[in-house]
Amino acid sequence: MNGTSFGRLLRTGALALAGTLAAWSGAASADTIKVGIIGPFSGPFALQGKNFQAGAEAWLAQNGKSVAGHDIELVYRDLPTANPQQARALAQELIVKDKVQYLGGVYFTPDAMAITPLLKQGNVPLVIFNAATSAIMNSSPLVVRTSFTLPQTTTPLGKAAVERGAKKFISVVSDYGPGVDAEGAFKKAIEAAGGEVKEAIRIPLNTTEFSPIMQRVRDAGAEGVFAFLPSGPPTLGFVKAFSDTGLKKAGVKLFAPGDLTQESDLPALGEAADGLITSFHYAVSHDSEVNKRFVAAAEKAIGAPDLLSFPAVGAYDGMFVISKMIAATAGKQDAEKAVEAVKGLGWESPRGPVKIDPATRHITQTIYLREVAKDAQGRWINKEIASFPEQGDPGLAK
Amino acid sequence: MQTALSIAMDAFAYGMALFIICIGLSLTMGLMRVVNLAHGAFAMIGGYIASWAGRDLGLGYGYGIALAVIGTVLIAVPLERLLYRRIYDRSELSQVLMTIGITFCIIGITNYVFGPTLKTIPLPAELAQPVDLGFRSIAGHRIFVIASGLVVAGGLWFLIERTGFGVHLRAAVENAGMARTLGIRTEIIYALSFALAIALSAFGGVVGAEFLPIEPYYALRYMVTFLVVVSVGGAGSIPGALAACLLLGAIDVTGRYLVPDFGNFFFYLAVILVVCAFPRGLMGRAH
Repeated sequence: MNGTSFGRLLRTGALALAGTLAAWSGAASADTIKVGIIGPFSGPFALQGKNFQAGAEAWLAQNGKSVAGHDIELVYRDLPTANPQQARALAQELIVKDKVQYLGGVYFTPDAMAITPLLKQGNVPLVIFNAATSAIMNSSPLVVRTSFTLPQTTTPLGKAAVERGAKKFISVVSDYGPGVDAEGAFKKAIEAAGGEVKEAIRIPLNTTEFSPIMQRVRDAGAEGVFAFLPSGPPTLGFVKAFSDTGLKKAGVKLFAPGDLTQESDLPALGEAADGLITSFHYAVSHDSEVNKRFVAAAEKAIGAPDLLSFPAVGAYDGMFVISKMIAATAGKQDAEKAVEAVKGLGWESPRGPVKIDPATRHITQTIYLREVAKDAQGRWINKEIASFPEQGDPGLAK
Repeated sequence: MQTALSIAMDAFAYGMALFIICIGLSLTMGLMRVVNLAHGAFAMIGGYIASWAGRDLGLGYGYGIALAVIGTVLIAVPLERLLYRRIYDRSELSQVLMTIGITFCIIGITNYVFGPTLKTIPLPAELAQPVDLGFRSIAGHRIFVIASGLVVAGGLWFLIERTGFGVHLRAAVENAGMARTLGIRTEIIYALSFALAIALSAFGGVVGAEFLPIEPYYALRYMVTFLVVVSVGGAGSIPGALAACLLLGAIDVTGRYLVPDFGNFFFYLAVILVVCAFPRGLMGRAH
């Protein structure tokens, strides 16, 4: 017998063994529960999708890949930009072809709205990791949300602004759904606290040169500016223009929801954003044991520490909710029972104590007032300076 | 009055930043007849190199600019030899298809190498300080952009109108066959002007980064703006590009101040009117 044929024999044997093993392990994991996650994993919003992935994988890394004896398998589907038709097609494919029992993710509101009509027929609950318009929750009883809404994060700013001596406001928002929501929520909040919005400006989404807007602010004689813009180039341009045109030095105060100062943008914003006050549900620097463990696991999943920001925590908590659903239904596909089981569910999230509100299925959480500042290592962070516990979504409150 | 002056300053600075980025594109389109949609991508590469030099290597702003210009040209020259040279005489469609392909490749590569986050270029203290002009304070950096724009405009005009290289370039553009017959090495002329256009785009990408922040989608996000500036100014004309940038910058900035809700409406209205009145652009030449 020569060496080659012996080698061939060995290989054949190994292959046969591997085949048997595969068949055997396949039989053992017949009970694999698939979770479809839709998010922007490529394109201009890829960073947000990466955060979804990091959050979900951090949860699996900490809690193991099975719940009550049922293995969890994540199936990612890429939806680069807001595209309702494609969102619907992807969700349909996940439900029909991949036979997922749960859907998660969804970054943009229009996509969520396109998916919700499928849930009842597909017998699949949707756990939203981000999409933040209040109205989504009313579109299907099978939706649970672990992110935030703009009215929820913006409302505490009204009181905080007046306390800091700014009453006459000019609001500057990007002219799209969330911008308009933020403008409305802030107006309500500041008026409730005794201030006023003197002028409300809506600017087109693609604006990156803001000097003329700053001139408007100066001419209006406002004491404070409320701003909401999508993160990325517009935010950077806005914050820089605010400090370059001398408004910051003149003592005008800038308030914004925390979307503007998400951690992945802070190194770029840097000095220009120093002292900027925002309100949000999560800061990567939040000081708690749970958060430290979460950040360590999520940083490992995402690859670089400075990429981590808020969508990761939405995904992490979303995975927790899905795991509770799996446990409650003993692995069987029953969307209504699954959603029923998590109503009123409360737990300690990396962002602090949270609860799924039984009436709205939206997450009730602490909203923090934060200031952009440097930490002990000299990195820019959102430093929490005040907290408003148990905030529901005022946009949904009836 | 104060407000008007203040807006004029902003418009001037913004227009100049646009000019530095776009003039290279105007040269490639007007003189070399190449529709280089990847122009913005080269500006972006320049910005990335300067950001890397400033933040990771800790070099000064001046060195950052030099490194960005040299580095971008070094990346672009092999592309010129391997790819661009094949499309000089081809139809616009082939040029557009190939250069937009290059743009997507560059976007993908920068996204992979540098990540999707915004990159800033650290400014030296002198440029980061607001300068008090009496009626308002303006970022020192904007004054630097205005000065750079004037120097670039003057330098280019001198190079093309007053030097031997300029004579050869103009000859090669007018009639490439005749120029070759007279002993002008047209391919060298083309390579040099391509390198010059790329160098200017990289320079523009760096100094304009405060207006147009550096991120992987830079190349696509501002592509229309760059093309509009060139077509309004007239491809290949330096005074034309300068006029277009200042006009469009002024209209854009003033429109944003007066009626922010209208957004880019006035910008594009101006573009439509100019292109109707001057189909070849403000100072375009008949080919």
